[in-house]
Amino acid sequence: MSTAALELTGLKKSFGKAEIIRGIDLSIGKAERHAIIGPNGAGKSTLFNLITARFPPSAGTVKLHGEDLAGLEPYQINRKGLSRSFQITNIFPKMTVFENVRCALLWSQGYKYSFWNLVNRSRALTEGAEAILEQINLLERRDLPAGTLSYAEQRALEIGITIAGGADVIMLDEPTAGMSHSETDYITDLIMKVTEGKTLIMVEHDMGVVFGLADRISVLVYGEIIATGKPEDVRADPKVQEAYLGAALEAEH
Amino acid sequence: MNDQLKTDPSKPAQRMRAGSMTLTLGPWIVAAIALLVMPYIFTSNSALTIMNQMWITVVFALAYNMLLGQGGMLSFGHAVYMGLGGFFCMHLMNYIEDFGLAFPLPLLPLFGGLFGMGFAMIIGSFSTSGAGTRFAMISLGVGELIAACSVIIVAFFGGEEGISGDRTYGLPFFGVEFLKQIEVYYLISFWLMLSAVLMYLFSRTPVGRMANAVRDNPERAQFLGYSARWVRFYSFCASGFFCGIAGGLFAISYEILTEENLNATSSGVILLVTFLGGVGFFFGPIIGAIAFTLLQTVLSLQTELWAIYVGGLFLATVMFFPGGLAGLMMMHVPALRLGKAGGLVMPYIKTLIPGAIGVLGVCALIEMTFHFRHAAKGDHEMTLFWTTFDSHTVMPWLIAGIVAAVGLGVARATAPAMKEAWDEANTAGGAS
Ligand SMILES: Nc1ncnc2c1ncn2[C@@H]1O[C@H](COP(=O)(O)OP(=O)(O)OP(=O)(O)O)[C@@H](O)[C@H]1O
Ligand SMILES: [Mg+2]
Repeated sequence: MSTAALELTGLKKSFGKAEIIRGIDLSIGKAERHAIIGPNGAGKSTLFNLITARFPPSAGTVKLHGEDLAGLEPYQINRKGLSRSFQITNIFPKMTVFENVRCALLWSQGYKYSFWNLVNRSRALTEGAEAILEQINLLERRDLPAGTLSYAEQRALEIGITIAGGADVIMLDEPTAGMSHSETDYITDLIMKVTEGKTLIMVEHDMGVVFGLADRISVLVYGEIIATGKPEDVRADPKVQEAYLGAALEAEH
Repeated sequence: MNDQLKTDPSKPAQRMRAGSMTLTLGPWIVAAIALLVMPYIFTSNSALTIMNQMWITVVFALAYNMLLGQGGMLSFGHAVYMGLGGFFCMHLMNYIEDFGLAFPLPLLPLFGGLFGMGFAMIIGSFSTSGAGTRFAMISLGVGELIAACSVIIVAFFGGEEGISGDRTYGLPFFGVEFLKQIEVYYLISFWLMLSAVLMYLFSRTPVGRMANAVRDNPERAQFLGYSARWVRFYSFCASGFFCGIAGGLFAISYEILTEENLNATSSGVILLVTFLGGVGFFFGPIIGAIAFTLLQTVLSLQTELWAIYVGGLFLATVMFFPGGLAGLMMMHVPALRLGKAGGLVMPYIKTLIPGAIGVLGVCALIEMTFHFRHAAKGDHEMTLFWTTFDSHTVMPWLIAGIVAAVGLGVARATAPAMKEAWDEANTAGGAS
């Protein structure tokens, strides 16, 4: 078996006395679309934060393509090809929509900390950013400050920034939260399209999206994964039914 | 629009880029011509001195804004970088004189810049890990430290007298020996143009763009592959470089540097200048530096109390126009685009002219109070706004008081109408 894109072993996190993540082992293969579901406060976002080094774990390891990420800073992890979005929109509100996306392209296009290149002289940057804007349907908002966009548009921009750098492991934290039905459908298609051939790890409450997108699902409850598997297996799992899915599926109807 | 892009992706982008080129080149050409012809309009020596001071302040303020406006770093000790660059240039100047080095004077500011940058690299290596209070406090601490050193390390800072020299010993530069004020003016103007263009271009480079991103949201920048700390560090060094250039220009222009050039007061002034001009736009600090230098030099000839008025202006800016003078100007762009700016002229006249008269009335009261309290005993006569009167009689006080009250009262009464006109001018559609 080839090395997993992402492998978590014995991952734990406590805030003070509260143990939020209580030992997670999970292996996500290359080009797999993996959804993480679970009730509010289960620790899904915290798990994301541990993987991307926003918080240091209390115990356990995170491996990206077999490489241990311990001690790396978020920007170093990003350079290794792991990119994430945030549950609470995290963009550059005072910069234009176009600038937001262009900044997300800079590192991957090899500009680093260059002060001898002019960004607007680079066709690759301008066209790359415009291609992303077209994908996320924000071309018409190109020159507006990102902070003035509607909520759904900001969510789309958040995804655009996340995928812009061409990372091969993409983590999305509730990408469709707060969106209308048609917006959700649109974003789902978009995610499907842009993560083609990539590894996707996604936290999502919308079961329609989850079952439509995911190859495998993990159910996180109180800091532990109680089930991992194919969508139909997870759906049928009585433990999951009891802990979460029953209520969640009912809420859908 | 989408379809158009799909069929021919290169064209719209090209058009946009071409448009932005013509847009950005214009102001630079105007500025260069203005710099060239200014000495022919304002020919007196004192005008030249004021302009020299102005352009040096512009370089310094632009450099400072690389941190404050573009990088979101509030420095309270930035005079240090300009001062050190200046001191270093003074020493170089003295070496040139003492050892007869063949060194063309116009190159001197470059070395000031390198020295400023070197020092910024040392301080930046530990101060740029954050942009908040920690950064501000370190800048303040370093500022105090260097100011204190200036009386201790006499060999470099020259103690209380500072370091002075003579700029005319450099290698003649195409026959120019910089004996004349006008020659110095053009040297400063050259460096101003060069520095301003370079600083502008810096803001358009990848690291310059990321400086904005880190200012807005350092955490997100980290998740895009950039270390917020390194981005800040590069801005900090670049800022130190241009501050050092300003210092070198100061050394050339004044031929003396003292502790005053790097103390907290000077650091405070540049913060004030930059904020007054507006941190949000590249040209903000330029306006700030021009306005401040004019106030400082022209107003200080008229009244001892000029600093009070500048302080008042600064306060008013912070409270009512946080975008500074540049922000105030740019606020009008939407109305101009809508073609409705004309509708603002009358309301402005109705409110701002009475307001200005009222403020002058208040100033008169301040001046009279100052004269009343501090003039030599028996000296009751004072001159204000080209009128001479006795500050110990009731009449002038009454007049000033009434002018102030009526002026401000009218401004206040007409303000709602101005506000209405403003809103109307900024909404699309309707009768124009
Ligand atoms: N920085 C922190 N300090 C202390 N407690 C925290 C911190 N971050 C999260 N928690 C706690 O950890 C628990 C899990 O939070 P988390 O945001 O990971 O949940 P979640 O599964 O993403 O929930 P939701 O579906 O609401 O987004 C919550 O009880 C939260 O209060
Ligand atoms: Mg969450």
